[in-house]
Amino acid sequence: MLLGNREETGLSKPSELLQGTLDMLVLKILALDPLNGWAVSQRLKQMSSDVLGVSDGSLYPALHKLEQRGWITAEWKLSENNRRSKFYSLTRLGRKQLEKEAADWNRLSAAISGIVKLKEA
Amino acid sequence: MTFEEWLYTLPLRLRSLFRRKQADRELSDELRDHLERQIKENLAAGMSSANAHYSALRTLGGITQIEQQCRDARGGNFMENLAQDLRYGFRQLYRSPGFSALAILCLTLGIGANTAVFSWIEGILFRPYPAVAHQERLLALAGTARGETGATGISWPDFLDLQRSCTLCEEFFVSKITGSTLNIGERAEVTRGSIVSANYFDAIGVHPILGRGFEPGEDTGSDAHPVAVISYQLWRNRFKGDPQIVGKMQRLNNVPHTIIGVAPEGFYGTFVGWAMHFWVPASMEETFESGGYKLEDRDARWIEAYVRLKPGVTRAQAQGEISAIAARLEAGYPATNRGRGIRLWPLWQTPFNNAGTLLPTLEIMLAVVAFVLLIACANVGNLLLVRSFARRREMTVRLAIGASRPRLLKQLFTEGLILSTLGAACGLLVAFWCRHALVLLLPARSGVAMYLPGEIDWRVMLLSAGICLIATLIVGLVPAFQTRDIDLAGALKADSSAVVGARGKAWVRSGLVVFQVCLSFVLLVGAVLLLQSLQKIRTASPGFSTNGVVQTGVSLISAGYDVPQARTFQKELIDRVRALPGVQSAAFARLTPLGYGTYSSTPIAVDGYQLPPEEQPSVDYNQVSPDYFATLGIPLLSGREFSATDDENAPLVAIVNQTMAARYWRDQNPIDRRLQVKGRWVRVVGVAADSKYESMRESPKPFFYVPLLQDFARSPALYIRTAQPLQSVSAAVLREVHALDGNLALYETITLQEQVDRSTSPQLVAVTLVSILGGLALLLAAVGLYGVMSYAVAQSTRELGLRMALGAGAVTLFRLVISRGLRLTAGGVLCGATAGLVVTRLFGKLLYDVSPNDPLAFASAVAVMTITSVAACLLPAWRATRTDPARVLRD
Repeated sequence: MLLGNREETGLSKPSELLQGTLDMLVLKILALDPLNGWAVSQRLKQMSSDVLGVSDGSLYPALHKLEQRGWITAEWKLSENNRRSKFYSLTRLGRKQLEKEAADWNRLSAAISGIVKLKEA
Repeated sequence: MTFEEWLYTLPLRLRSLFRRKQADRELSDELRDHLERQIKENLAAGMSSANAHYSALRTLGGITQIEQQCRDARGGNFMENLAQDLRYGFRQLYRSPGFSALAILCLTLGIGANTAVFSWIEGILFRPYPAVAHQERLLALAGTARGETGATGISWPDFLDLQRSCTLCEEFFVSKITGSTLNIGERAEVTRGSIVSANYFDAIGVHPILGRGFEPGEDTGSDAHPVAVISYQLWRNRFKGDPQIVGKMQRLNNVPHTIIGVAPEGFYGTFVGWAMHFWVPASMEETFESGGYKLEDRDARWIEAYVRLKPGVTRAQAQGEISAIAARLEAGYPATNRGRGIRLWPLWQTPFNNAGTLLPTLEIMLAVVAFVLLIACANVGNLLLVRSFARRREMTVRLAIGASRPRLLKQLFTEGLILSTLGAACGLLVAFWCRHALVLLLPARSGVAMYLPGEIDWRVMLLSAGICLIATLIVGLVPAFQTRDIDLAGALKADSSAVVGARGKAWVRSGLVVFQVCLSFVLLVGAVLLLQSLQKIRTASPGFSTNGVVQTGVSLISAGYDVPQARTFQKELIDRVRALPGVQSAAFARLTPLGYGTYSSTPIAVDGYQLPPEEQPSVDYNQVSPDYFATLGIPLLSGREFSATDDENAPLVAIVNQTMAARYWRDQNPIDRRLQVKGRWVRVVGVAADSKYESMRESPKPFFYVPLLQDFARSPALYIRTAQPLQSVSAAVLREVHALDGNLALYETITLQEQVDRSTSPQLVAVTLVSILGGLALLLAAVGLYGVMSYAVAQSTRELGLRMALGAGAVTLFRLVISRGLRLTAGGVLCGATAGLVVTRLFGKLLYDVSPNDPLAFASAVAVMTITSVAACLLPAWRATRTDPARVLRD
């Protein structure tokens, strides 16, 4: 019940396809190494070659939501040139969640590409 | 949620709850950090300063929105919403004070009744001795006799052997109730005290505030240690709080005792129901108990004891060890211990104090108050339901402008929570006021300070909180059910004054009323059953006549008489009493029927009766003087009464009762046959009719009498059959007693009827409580029915008006409304009767000569229910007849 109002607040979604997959991407990026929010956004842009067009605006609510669920934890640390930044890293729960979501995604995308590749009769 | 998830998320939730400001600050810091990095990057890419800034802001989007979204994600809103719901809920309740007051009143009654009964159960059954350490490990210790269900005492040597050999129990201590006449200054009064083992105060962890407790060894020897500890109340009230009290002398039962200590305030001893005022060591037993020196007598089973288990030991384990020890004692001392066992009882089943007496009553009360709570909840649910129709438009609007259904549900449950919390708070107050009320229901008796406190501790509070939550769920569930199918478009279009769907949901409210009627019907049946049973038990014949017989007695033990002196005194007194004007006959008996004392019991053998193998029948008996049967009006079926010549020098004789004669002599006449009592043969000289010996509810059992002169007791009860009023008899007897010895005091003088009434006081308590709560339930159900019917009438003004316009008379409309109400009642009564057939079995333990399915009880409950329903429907029906057809048609 504590998070019972999740549905009604509705995080802004980058695109229809991306519902739920943004979480997975963020988890994947943080699985490689702990990063601050800005670095996550840069990494997202580089890795997806800007195709996904994730706005920075939707990144932060996603990060906070993942933190609330216990999948990532945050810590204020000094980064390069002595700036304090909030660094996110993956928890054990987050790793499990990532594995699950990756498996789901693989199944889904295999199914979709199977359909897309069908030749028209 | 798994534990691991809690581990990560709990600190965050707590932070967003209690350190909102810091969390918010960190959020802005984080976003600013992002912006600055973006600006730096933009500058590096060659943008102008202003451009870099602007572009960074644009890629991030609106900072405020992001912050809000992050806050939402954080979930801290829960508390914010709750606060909002609470504020809103309070405002709603404040706006309809009549509704709120009624709802809170219903819940107060429901929750208060529950809390009061919980507090009684806690204070009387589970933790009856507030000052005593580790009550949760205390158990009562009593003896058993093969072939008998009740408990017996334990002999002192057996107790010592137990104490020595038992390894699973931490402490063994004795606490045997006794009484004494206290003469302090001018006033003499009877008080209650306990004969205890020397370790008593150490074992229970109670330390005297003045002086000391008993020392080891003070419970050995014959009248060897005349010392006493007195209660705080006695010290305060009778000794005026004398700080020099320790070391002073006080006569107890005519033996000077040194007061060695004063017990702390709030310690009432270890006897459920009665407050103890003094404690003496077991060595003084002869002074307070009849039967002589018993500390070395394995056959004298007189003590009542408790044990405290070692931590972690279960009752079954300890019982196993104690049974093994009892078996060893049985083998070692077959003459005294054959067929004897020792049993541990949980405190609430203690066989030798008022716990056992009140247990069945309190068990029933638990079920009864649960019923009352359900009825109260149904009532409040109904009220909320009616109101939720009125608020349907509000709900619809809130849904239409975007509130989620879970959010609305939360709002409704919050309102339920407010109501039930207020109800619980008031209920707690009610319980607090009622915590000592049980004492008021029991008849007072002189010389006994009744003490039956309810205890409102954290366990009771916790249970009440649980009840409150259950009430919230029930109460909130009903209107929540409503929001499920609100048709947005339809509801918004509809005329605002109409209550959409009221008709469709009428069955919910009717269902609730049927439910209420059903529950209160069951309670009514229960109350009538108990009432019938009380009436029967009060009018039933105990086998002796209760009218015109006065019961009193003189304690010669406490006056220090030896046996020859007592024999002479008793003989002289009975002659003087018989000579009093108006006295028809008078007699002594060692024990009074239906009293607290334990009859003597003996293994018997009967000439010519072949015992089945493994059977050693034990039969209770009483020691009575000549004229006993004539005085008490117990018919002699054959043979003769005891006479003055059946004395210690004459051959031993006995009178058996009808059941005993039938069992052991079959169809033959037992007169002049032999019976073995305590190893000696006695001749049967008479057969008496059966009567009640220990309880009005017992079934006929074998019993016999021996002459008092042949088995002497120094402090018997005295019975006088006379036409004189109680007061003058009492005064006359006291005069005669004082003529013989000015230092003697009389026992409490009462009629035998009073004695019988006292023995049925648990039934009286049960009847009173169940009637009060049954009445309450009936009232609540009536309010529920009234509510539903008036609402129905208010809703169908148009229909009623039309009927009137078409020619229906007031009588028709009146009948219409009443019959609708009665239909609901009929449904409830039908359910209630079905449920009652099963539920009333609960009352079995308290019922006397009444079947739990007694048709008369069910019939009278139907009658009461019908009358109540008609009464509840009268006002709505009258209102229906006042419908103004012209206005209805115009509207």
